[in-house]
Amino acid sequence: MRVGLFLTCLNDALFPAAGKAVVRVLERLGHEVVFPAGQTCCGQAHFNTGYRRECVPLARKFLGDFAGLDHVVSPSASCVAMVRENYPELVGQSPPVFELTEFLVDVLGVTDVGAAFPHRVTYHPTCHGLRLLDLGDRPTALLRAVRGLRLIDLPDATHCCGFGGTFAVKNADTSVAMGTDKARNVLATGAEVVAAVDNSCLMHVGGLLSRWRSGTRVMHVAEILASAP
Amino acid sequence: MSVWLGMPPFPEAAREALADTQLRANLRAATATIRAKRAAVVAERSDWEQLREAGRAIKDRALRDLDTYLLQLEERVTAAGGTVHWARDAAEANRIVIGLVRAAGADGVVKVKSMATQEIELNEALAAAGITAVETDLAELIVQLGHDRPSHILVPAIHRNRAQIRDLFRREMPGAGEDLTDDPVALASAARAHLRREFLTARVAVSGANFAVAETGSLVVVESEGNGRMCLTLPEVLISVVGIEKVIPTEADLEVMLQLLPRSATGERMNPYTSIWRGTTPGDGPREFHLVLLDNGRTTALADEIGRDALRCIRCSACLNVCPVYERTGGHAYGSVYPGPIGAILTPQLRGPDPVADSLPYASTLCGACFDACPVKIDIPRALVHLRTKVAHPATEQSTMRAAAWTLTTPRRFALARRLVPLATRFARLPGPWRKWTHTRDLPAPEGESFREWWRRREGSP
Ligand code: SF4
Repeated sequence: MRVGLFLTCLNDALFPAAGKAVVRVLERLGHEVVFPAGQTCCGQAHFNTGYRRECVPLARKFLGDFAGLDHVVSPSASCVAMVRENYPELVGQSPPVFELTEFLVDVLGVTDVGAAFPHRVTYHPTCHGLRLLDLGDRPTALLRAVRGLRLIDLPDATHCCGFGGTFAVKNADTSVAMGTDKARNVLATGAEVVAAVDNSCLMHVGGLLSRWRSGTRVMHVAEILASAP
Repeated sequence: MSVWLGMPPFPEAAREALADTQLRANLRAATATIRAKRAAVVAERSDWEQLREAGRAIKDRALRDLDTYLLQLEERVTAAGGTVHWARDAAEANRIVIGLVRAAGADGVVKVKSMATQEIELNEALAAAGITAVETDLAELIVQLGHDRPSHILVPAIHRNRAQIRDLFRREMPGAGEDLTDDPVALASAARAHLRREFLTARVAVSGANFAVAETGSLVVVESEGNGRMCLTLPEVLISVVGIEKVIPTEADLEVMLQLLPRSATGERMNPYTSIWRGTTPGDGPREFHLVLLDNGRTTALADEIGRDALRCIRCSACLNVCPVYERTGGHAYGSVYPGPIGAILTPQLRGPDPVADSLPYASTLCGACFDACPVKIDIPRALVHLRTKVAHPATEQSTMRAAAWTLTTPRRFALARRLVPLATRFARLPGPWRKWTHTRDLPAPEGESFREWWRRREGSP
């Protein structure tokens, strides 16, 4: 299958590893990945901050960048939700975008991607993955199939981490209070790695864990699925 | 709706609240308990989603033909011996109530907890007119004795714990002994003894209503303590102040609403007291009944295609109890009688623009927990984003967002900007608005090859 990769602007700027991981996983499963080089951003930050008008050219550009592809895959639940939920209203249509784990499980019908990652991992279901995309147990089913990986339950897993896009800056104090509770719950699991399907949330929680010098790492689910035996 | 005087916008108010560790502990304990109760009773109903859908449909039907149903309500209330008054805003509503209390020759009223009268600040208006109002709902009484503000729709004193309440009673409640303990039963009996005197002497009562049934002209109050029933039956004159969005078409609609409300609100299958009353009955209950129908910004909200969804709200407070922002900041930070997620979309619409109201649509991470919990399916995140497009944006934010959009519309500009990222993140403390980030959190410092470089190398293209 020929699959378009939507990297997202945040991953492009700060987390290139997530994009590389998606390519590795899909190629390992025998699919061809194309990366439309003109792509930039879906406009989520603008849309959610109340800059709807500024968002329309970005949405149009997105349609052009990914035109002609039957499947577009992205390592960001929240950008996928943005495109799927809001593009129909903004620009009259929504391209066929999938979050990586839903693409693997629903479209390709795969839960074992042949990865190995011998570490203790806890999973944080990000709000947009959980409630907008309804990912359910898809990400954890994929993680459970990884050789050597021990998945540990995260207390209050479904509680928001407090990132919320511009909320993290506009309401920095509340955001940090929420992130602190999430990071403490992560530490309580004793896991070496906390994984999620949104690097934005991981950037927030990971930023706290790093400032505390906790040693617990954040990793995108794609990176774990890409680790070879 | 009036502004709470001296309240700062949400981010500042939240900062103060976050510093209060006692408040955070009280809120965490209270919301966690009620969340668990609600989840359990909701899980019992296999038809919960259908019930929510029915609730949404009933309220939408009522709002779509609001004028028709309100006129029908007026006609039925009048036919049953009541009097209907229409109040455009808070001042008009307060004037009407004060006039009625004076006409009854009373200098005091007992009140059953009512959001509408809080919204119009009736107690303050009554006080200014020399009329004492006594709140008879236990939590509301705690707030009143503490010269405090309610911080939750259903549990107005949620920010206080038992020890704090005992101290307050000892200090402020006539008749509460020095030996009063913080045992809930002891606290409740102290309040009961105090309130009994008020019930038996009051000649006028003021209530709100959870629902007003157009078909029959009946009003409905749902409560747990029985104080509402006392207020509705003992006094000679009953004045109900009700927002116009409380109307529902038929009595049969109550079948749905009375299943949704207690489960969502207190996590109970049914609340202990549900009172339904109609007009007046000679020799039974109040001799006079007045219904004050309150607009106060509601018709303006109704005109907004997305914002109007907030008028479906049945004030169950489920959205507050699941909201992670509310759980950390408490209700006072919202600067309004309607706190939490519903307050963040209702307050700006009822009140119109001001710095506090403009800050409220941003008091959310858009996590969506409120939408999942809402028994009438108000898509609160969608309404928040919609209201964000309508508020005044700070000039610096506007220029930043426009510059970002400009940068992102061509890959060349984006590529140029991206080159600055490793440089910027190398600073442990970033300048400008980003300082709010790096003050407490690190930023990742991407090392090595960018995705595009890696991709080009693999593709073997230049
Ligand atoms: S918005 Fe929904 S959940 Fe919140 S108080 Fe109103 S009815 Fe209840």
